[in-house]
Amino acid sequence: MTLLSLQNMQTKIEQYSVLHDVTLDVPEGGVFVLLGRNGAGKTTTLRSIMGLWKPNPGSVRFRGEDITGLHPSDIAKHGIAFVPENMGIFGGLTVAENMVLATANGKFDQTRLERIYDLFPALKKFWDKQAGTLSGGQKQMLAVSRAIIEPRELILIDEPTKGLAPAIVNAMAEAFREISEHTTILLVEQNFEFARSLGRDMAVIDDGRVVHRGTMTDFVADKALQDRLLSLSMFEEEAK
Amino acid sequence: MTGLSELISRAGGVFLLPVAMALVAFILIGAPSSWLTLTVAGLSMGMMIFLMASGLSLVFGLMDVLNFGHSAFISFGAFVAASVLAALGGWLGADSVLLNLLALICALAAALAFGLAGGWFFERVIVKPVYSDHLRQILITMGALIVAEQIILASWGGSPLNVPRPAFLEGSLLIGDASVDLYRLFAFALGALVYVGLHLLLNRTRIGLLIRAGVENREMVEALGFKVDRLFIGVFMVGSALAALGGAMWAGYETLITPSLGAELMVVVFIVVIIGGLGSIQGTLLGAIMVGLADNYVGFLAPKLALASTMILMMLILLWRPSGLAPAVK
Repeated sequence: MTLLSLQNMQTKIEQYSVLHDVTLDVPEGGVFVLLGRNGAGKTTTLRSIMGLWKPNPGSVRFRGEDITGLHPSDIAKHGIAFVPENMGIFGGLTVAENMVLATANGKFDQTRLERIYDLFPALKKFWDKQAGTLSGGQKQMLAVSRAIIEPRELILIDEPTKGLAPAIVNAMAEAFREISEHTTILLVEQNFEFARSLGRDMAVIDDGRVVHRGTMTDFVADKALQDRLLSLSMFEEEAK
Repeated sequence: MTGLSELISRAGGVFLLPVAMALVAFILIGAPSSWLTLTVAGLSMGMMIFLMASGLSLVFGLMDVLNFGHSAFISFGAFVAASVLAALGGWLGADSVLLNLLALICALAAALAFGLAGGWFFERVIVKPVYSDHLRQILITMGALIVAEQIILASWGGSPLNVPRPAFLEGSLLIGDASVDLYRLFAFALGALVYVGLHLLLNRTRIGLLIRAGVENREMVEALGFKVDRLFIGVFMVGSALAALGGAMWAGYETLITPSLGAELMVVVFIVVIIGGLGSIQGTLLGAIMVGLADNYVGFLAPKLALASTMILMMLILLWRPSGLAPAVK
């Protein structure tokens, strides 16, 4: 069943046209990976879904309902959470305050909170610390935790492994696997190893257009397609 | 050196600066009674400036809006309060402290109410159409300030207006050889009360948490499901009301006001916001107290430098900390 449907989405940032024609169906459940070179339009796609940039023309439908151009807060109320590339942590607030802000009524569901502590024990340890003093990995854990402290139907995550140590990346992969058992994840990722370990379905964006859709298994098996769509340099970097 | 810096940081860091200023001034002034009088004057002046500047700092920090029209609320607050005080002249001069206090409360409440209503109108009609365009914000809010001054001229005339003080705040309190003006003590107490209220609002309530988060990253607050625009209207209204309250208190402090009062104070208000760091209430209080103390101490020690003291203070602080002493976003 399709959870999110993007139809001919075009987005301009100031006078620059970044998305030319993004058409994509994200099925419910699991991790859907959006791949593409730098500047291809992956982040713009996520931000357009979240309402932070307005697509025009084009539409964003969530469970069949048109949410194009809605205010980001209204989109969030549909059960969509966003973890931006810069993590969007409020550095001057404590970890607890960051988490409280992500709850609907300022109160924690203890079961969910315990689950978050199990996924990311560091958060419990630094609960009353200023979020700005956390390490990059801990900030990313906080950003993801904020997205799952309330029940969500879809989480948009933008390059969560960027700049993280390998051990943290592995922990993050484990966490995403568990989260995707209950919630659909639309993941933008440059780290192909990470992406292919998680993704069930995938798409490739290039120059603001969706140029390939399919399953991750098929994509991994087709080296020529990988080379053509993502360029070899990416894999060479990963191999190193 | 690192140990000393850590010790200072633990003891309060930049918030010790006013204490350091007071200590240096104590040595330079020599006479404890003069020092005490000047210190109380500086603190009360700082608190009144804090009232005027706190709203501007939050508005700037939360919405990135440069509101040069903020000082219109200072002027209106002063004139509205002066008119109410004049109308309640009988209560002001009465022997009853209760009647004196009632007159003062009515005047301050009128200024606050005007600030709230005016703030709502100003945000909806003037500021909202120019969000995220600094140049237009400067132009339109400067224009609004000129219009506001003309409205004051048309309503109250161009002659300086006398502001009566309540009888119970006339005179001074003698502490040893030092004479401390009662009105200044009241201004200090009111400013401190407002600071405590704002501090509790920002640190103990969910709205406060949203404001602090919005100052750091407005977009993320919206992505978490909150409408920052609505929050901003509230902050703008409260900020304008505080400016009006500050103007009303300043009117009683000066006792003679002109329509250009707000524009004259605006420079000091902007300096305080810059010194303190954008979006920070603690920073604004710190900046305001330092400006108040510097103005009084330098005015006594080197009267020729008095006018330049605030500017010199700003230059020194910005050379040391370009983002201000305690900005909300570091």
